Amino acid sequence: MIKRFFTIILMVFFASLFFPLVGLISDRDSVSSLAKDYLVQGRDDFGAANIVTAVVVSYRGLDTLGEVTVLFAAAAGISLVFKGLRNEGKDKKYRVNPPSEILRTGARVLLPLIFIFGVYIFINGHLTPGGGFQGGVVIASGILLAFFAGNIKELNHGFVTFIESAAGFSYVAVGLLGIWLAGGFLDPRFLPMGEFGSLFSAGAIPVIYSLIGLKVGSEMSGIIDAIRSY
Amino acid sequence: MMTNLLFILAGALVLVGLWGILTRRNIFKIIIGFSLVDTGVHVFLVAIGYVKNGTAPIFDKEYSSLHSLLNTVDPIPSALVLTAIVIGLAVTALMLSFAVRLILKNRTLLVDGKKELKW
Repeated sequence: MIKRFFTIILMVFFASLFFPLVGLISDRDSVSSLAKDYLVQGRDDFGAANIVTAVVVSYRGLDTLGEVTVLFAAAAGISLVFKGLRNEGKDKKYRVNPPSEILRTGARVLLPLIFIFGVYIFINGHLTPGGGFQGGVVIASGILLAFFAGNIKELNHGFVTFIESAAGFSYVAVGLLGIWLAGGFLDPRFLPMGEFGSLFSAGAIPVIYSLIGLKVGSEMSGIIDAIRSY
Repeated sequence: MMTNLLFILAGALVLVGLWGILTRRNIFKIIIGFSLVDTGVHVFLVAIGYVKNGTAPIFDKEYSSLHSLLNTVDPIPSALVLTAIVIGLAVTALMLSFAVRLILKNRTLLVDGKKELKW
């Protein structure tokens, strides 16, 4: 009872902290000065049509590197937890129903489309909404469907680990190339700008986002495999 | 107007999630509470970046930079939310795997028996 009382006090405290903000802020008429600089210079600096991508990959590229690291740490933690479980519960065997006809046929039609869609999302991240994280997750959802439909029985761990570490290594290597050939770490301007709005434009931004997409896709597939194989 | 409505939604989501974290005893409901707090923070960040009648900060050839200044939302909160969503996904997956571990050890979904970290 006393605990419930303290909970209500805490909720009221947070509500009184938060809800005065509602009255203070109305719709803004213009963006902040930093965002103004990004919007005006983003196109001339990097030739990226999608300014959010320019912010994520270049202006704040170091944050994205940290984000990829956090994602890797989480994936490693999940594999660790489930690996311990696998050794404990070796004798238990669950009966798995075979995939139905609808699932198998549907997967045969959908799988190529899902993988192509994922790749499309991450190589067009500088032109349209989307990017490496979204595309990588779409690819991992394709892997999940392939597991359900029985198209793959076992994920090749060596291959997945190789893709993941190669993509992570190349991401940092591209960042370092930016120091030597352009303005600074993760500066994408060492590749030609290309024509604004075309696929091969915006310097190395599509390269970086494709590497992020491969890394996220293989990490998520690793998580799915870790959970599945328990 | 729009920003205020979104702020109210964000605050309500955070409070509902906090209530779930503090009062529920089922571990899955606690994790759902964390997800709700997460979503509330995302809505809050997106609402901060909203500009009146703004559209997505994505240009095409005809769209000049000066014109875009008046008509796009702030791109920085959008980029932050992009980061936050991915981190939220990873943290939720990690919490769920710990939950599986706890459930297999205790054979129950409730966290009542856990005295180690109680306040």
